[in-house]
Amino acid sequence: MRRFALIAIPYAWLLALFLVPFLIVLKISLSDITLAIPPYEPTLDLSAGWEGLKTFFSGLDFENFTFLTTDDLYWKAYLSSLRIGAISTLITLCVGYPIAYGMAQSAPEWRPTLLMLVILPFWTSFLIRVYSWMGILSTEGVLNQFLLWTGLISEPLTILNTPTAVYIGIVYTYLPFMILPIYSALEKLDISLLEAAEDLGCSRLKAFWLVTIPLSRPGIIAGCFLVFIPAIGEFVIPSLLGGSRTLMIGKVLWEEFFNNRDWPVASAVAIILLLILIVPIILFQRNEQKQREAEG
Amino acid sequence: MRRFSWFNATSLTLGFAFLYMPMIILVIYSFNASKLVTVWGGFSTRWYGTLIRNEAFLDAAWVTLQVGVVSSTVATILGTMAAQVMVRAGRFPGRTLFSGMIYAPLVMPEVITGLSLLLLFIGIGLDRGIFTIILAHTTFSMCYVSVVVSSRLVAFDRALEEAALDLGCTHFEAFRLVTLPIIAPAVISGWLLAFTLSLDDLVIASFTAGPSATTLPMKIWSSVRLGVSPEINALSTLMIAVVTIGVVTASLLSKRASIRRQQEEREAFQVTP
Repeated sequence: MRRFALIAIPYAWLLALFLVPFLIVLKISLSDITLAIPPYEPTLDLSAGWEGLKTFFSGLDFENFTFLTTDDLYWKAYLSSLRIGAISTLITLCVGYPIAYGMAQSAPEWRPTLLMLVILPFWTSFLIRVYSWMGILSTEGVLNQFLLWTGLISEPLTILNTPTAVYIGIVYTYLPFMILPIYSALEKLDISLLEAAEDLGCSRLKAFWLVTIPLSRPGIIAGCFLVFIPAIGEFVIPSLLGGSRTLMIGKVLWEEFFNNRDWPVASAVAIILLLILIVPIILFQRNEQKQREAEG
Repeated sequence: MRRFSWFNATSLTLGFAFLYMPMIILVIYSFNASKLVTVWGGFSTRWYGTLIRNEAFLDAAWVTLQVGVVSSTVATILGTMAAQVMVRAGRFPGRTLFSGMIYAPLVMPEVITGLSLLLLFIGIGLDRGIFTIILAHTTFSMCYVSVVVSSRLVAFDRALEEAALDLGCTHFEAFRLVTLPIIAPAVISGWLLAFTLSLDDLVIASFTAGPSATTLPMKIWSSVRLGVSPEINALSTLMIAVVTIGVVTASLLSKRASIRRQQEEREAFQVTP
């Protein structure tokens, strides 16, 4: 009885507030838009019994998904999200690896402080961290003022409201997610392996390439997925920094729902977004599991 | 491994400068007297004054605090239960679905979580407001809590619990007197994580809030959409200050606690002949 209650309470909660809502999205993505409340049809009418159920299912179709393929806004937004996600993951890796490396090589008494400095931004508001770049990147912003003052440029650069600003925003906000797994892989690295490589005639650079990089690979993979997966569905960063010209699918979904009030199409956009994310999510889980098995 | 070099020093300096510079600039500009946010007009605290007199922000902060405290507390209870199930319950029908539902919300894009919950609330005719935001936040935070607590439960020696049961404790007493004190650090960090996630959330709250409730991130969002505002700079500075003080204090306390524990352990060994 005790065991049953322990399992049943969280189980019921998740069924009601995670699985059922998800099934509703799936159902509405197969419905048609109407001018009614709720603005879609068919609605399930259980009082009509078996006949009602039959008309309900016959009213469902893949029309919204066909619509998504005919309007090029949507597939352009998916492709653009994938491209922005991939490029910013790569930049985050290039920025994050040296930091994680430097942390792992610092004196042990410094490491807890450095670790805290990496985690601290995570506890501060995500929205504020994105917002802070608006004042830096705008035409009259701090960065342009600085560059004009140094004489490097004579005309202010337009960075805000371009994809560049979105890259900067993603790299900045997701950097801790890249640093932490790489750091934890590098921290465990046995220095005698590097010494052995150097004794056997490797240069320091070659030893780094042949020993350090392969041994930190699980951390690199984990970090890349932790940046890539949430970056694809990102809404706040493209809306604040990307302007109207940057197309990302999270923003399209939001606008489809709140501005166009087309719930069936918004639901179809959500379903496709999930289908795109399933592959990286499964690969990420595999990587985690492999690492756990290697450790335990 | 320790090979300190100029390369490492440079990458650490530049890296941390990148992480902290935007926030430092934000803090500096919050003390700008000028209404033009990009021109420095001298030092002033006037924006803090207008901020505390702004009722809309105070109301939103109060809503956010209520949502945060209630949702993270419920999420901690449910998440700890879920962690017990994941680590202890063994096999039961539907276990795969259960662990799937624990992990999926962690990687689900916020726009989808928000959309799906909104469609549910409309479908069952629930009036949207503080209550629906609390339901939404509890659902995704409990998954984070359960991941944090499970990692501690896995490392926990089950024999201690069995000893308590052998000595006549009921299951609940064994949990309260033995398990809970040992997993307490994880439960507390789970609560803090849930609380922070709730305070931080814009997307899911925007979907599930409805017209009657506005949280602080939603309020910030509607004013920064139009551009940089000095009031928001002041608000951000206050939030950054609270978080910094909180995190630094927590880490100092936990450091002191671990030093004391080591000392006690040493003394305990000395007493035993």
